[in-house]
Amino acid sequence: MNILIINGLLIDPSQNMEKSGALLIEDDRIKGIVDPASYSINGDTAFLKGQKDKPYTVIDAAGKWVVPGLIDMHVHFRDPGYEYKEDIITGTMAAMSGGFTSVCAMPNTRPINDNKTVTSYMISKARDAGYANLFPIAAVSKGSGGAELSEIYDLVDAGAVAVSDDGMPVASAGLLRMALLYMKPLGIPLIDHPEELSLSKSGYMNEGVASVKLGLNGIPQTAESVAVARDIMIAAETGSRLHLAHISTRYSIELVRWAKKMGIPVTCEVTTNHFSLNEDAVDGYNTNAKLNPPLRSERDRQAVLEAISDGTIDCIVTDHAPHGHDEKEVEFDKALNGISGLETSVGLSLKLVHDKIINKKQFVQLMSYTPSVIVNLKNKGTLKTGADADVTIIDPDKKWVVDKNKFLSKGRNTPFHGRELKGRAWMTIAGGKIHGNTRT
Amino acid sequence: MVSGKGIIGLKYLGKDDIEKIVETAFSMRDISKRSVKKVPTLRGKTVINLFFESSTRTKTSFEIAAKRLSADVVNFSYASSSTSKGETTIDTAKNIEAMNPDVFIIRHASSGIMELLSRHLKTPIISAGDGTNEHPTQGLLDIMTIRDEKKRIDGLKVVVAGDIYHSRVARSDIYGMGKLGAKVYFFSPPTLITEDYASLGARVTYDAQEAFTDADVIIMLRIQLERQATGLFPSTREYAKVFGLNEQRLKLAKPDVIVMHPGPINRGLELSSGVADNKEHSRVLKQVENGVSIRMSAIYHTIGEGHEYTDN
Repeated sequence: MNILIINGLLIDPSQNMEKSGALLIEDDRIKGIVDPASYSINGDTAFLKGQKDKPYTVIDAAGKWVVPGLIDMHVHFRDPGYEYKEDIITGTMAAMSGGFTSVCAMPNTRPINDNKTVTSYMISKARDAGYANLFPIAAVSKGSGGAELSEIYDLVDAGAVAVSDDGMPVASAGLLRMALLYMKPLGIPLIDHPEELSLSKSGYMNEGVASVKLGLNGIPQTAESVAVARDIMIAAETGSRLHLAHISTRYSIELVRWAKKMGIPVTCEVTTNHFSLNEDAVDGYNTNAKLNPPLRSERDRQAVLEAISDGTIDCIVTDHAPHGHDEKEVEFDKALNGISGLETSVGLSLKLVHDKIINKKQFVQLMSYTPSVIVNLKNKGTLKTGADADVTIIDPDKKWVVDKNKFLSKGRNTPFHGRELKGRAWMTIAGGKIHGNTRT
Repeated sequence: MVSGKGIIGLKYLGKDDIEKIVETAFSMRDISKRSVKKVPTLRGKTVINLFFESSTRTKTSFEIAAKRLSADVVNFSYASSSTSKGETTIDTAKNIEAMNPDVFIIRHASSGIMELLSRHLKTPIISAGDGTNEHPTQGLLDIMTIRDEKKRIDGLKVVVAGDIYHSRVARSDIYGMGKLGAKVYFFSPPTLITEDYASLGARVTYDAQEAFTDADVIIMLRIQLERQATGLFPSTREYAKVFGLNEQRLKLAKPDVIVMHPGPINRGLELSSGVADNKEHSRVLKQVENGVSIRMSAIYHTIGEGHEYTDN
């Protein structure tokens, strides 16, 4: 489509830009930022000077932010295999509704995405659906079983942008080292879910005052930080790119801070859940607040906020983990981990801006630009001329109340139901196509 | 709080509720000593013992309690239940509820199951223990046993010793006794507790001397032998030596100390036989006796308030 977005605040860290202006989109590309003198508007249509035969649809983004399409590099779409929880169509629709034009889908489907066939299936199904772009993350090891490496070169050839055994850690230090060495020429990151299972295995929530109160076995902090330390050491030795998924404890953060200072090629992410909630959210045995890693103490949450602010944390993800109702409305110990997060992420993350923990540019960096760099999405995460026409228009001050029953995702498992949030995606444009222009 | 709603944890009960239940239990104790051990109070009421986890003494205690109040008791055995056929706990409970019982007595291996089932059932629930969370009637019978002996709870030094981390009894004890003003000490190897347990109002100690000195009450918890296999302590021999209660350690306590245990006892592990059988100090069997009265009281306050129980 040909689109002219006027009156918005253009925020693009890739160009160190934050200014009012008009953004021109032609077909599936960004044409550039244009001067008001260069176009004329007639109702909903605009024309560039001297091009009367070429109409542009006008979007008035007054009071809104116009940013490169948001990227969530950690989602679970359950397709193939668990389509009752989520499929690629509902998942990519939910992404668009939440403001995300691109998502990276983890490989813990059934079968596991450890082969070209599954990778190709995921990409083509998302392309046919026509909502958000989907970039698969393939399994590090066959069946994510932790024994043998998957055919990583083949998987990248098919379109995988990273590898991970997410849901589980890369099983052993030996396998992690081999994987990092083997894939080094590919230039893609290995995303590890840092968890030392011998420390976490008998727990259901963070070990601390809240777990004592509820009488639930705890997962100690070290279950994460020990694995983070292991991973960082192996990244240091191999020099390969390591990305740490969903870090949540203050010691993990300190380790990453140290690694970055040492020049070790490590990046990391935090989930909206871990900076928005602490372990007290589990009170009353709320299984919607059960996730892995578990929600941590307030002290850890504060450390996470500080690390988001100072840039130690590279990006924000949802770890979107949709589950069926009956998988959550059960005994706490039997409930599955995770939160359906795509449709609340922007509202929760904007709180960081409203609370002055980050500025607007950092927000875009955390949610679009840096993820595009980490998973090598060329022409995304930026509003530069020639980039893909993936644009999110955000109404930063719109107050709304989370209603899980209105989610486009099949996953209604959210602890944020009923919470008032300030700010949301107002319009999402992927590949030059407008979605969700219903929120005036 | 209790009437019509049940008792799912002492963390939810106020001091007044706890005292009321214990008072009623004292006045009901006499019923169990008569030749005809039955009052008509709950005639026509149906009590369901819904035990998803094996139990002999607690189930028997609840059954006797309900029968002494003339309620009809139906035992639902986990082994023959539909849960082994894949039915969810919620569905199992709702199916039984459709037969119109008046109260559920529930035991389950998952902490928090009472809160979950409370949201799905209209019938009141009395917890007979959930996971590692609470065992409220055990906490109440412990309070009753101490009150019986010491005439008060306020200001007493109560030591709860053993596997605190996995103990639903320890949690109900601290919630209940804490509200009544006891000074509770948790004594345990550091692998079977965390320092966060101090947040419940207990003093956490790893030192037998500090724990037992001048104690008014010592409650020894059962050490499950499978904990050794998971590496939480190296041997029963060492556990008994460092963390168990024996005649020598008992001398550290006040001369009139009472020793309690929720049972079943591992003789020679957490409790030496000499202490377990010491008639002067051991109140283990008294706890079992009081358990029936406490459960009569708990059922009565949940579904029978307003009905007379002092018959004749």
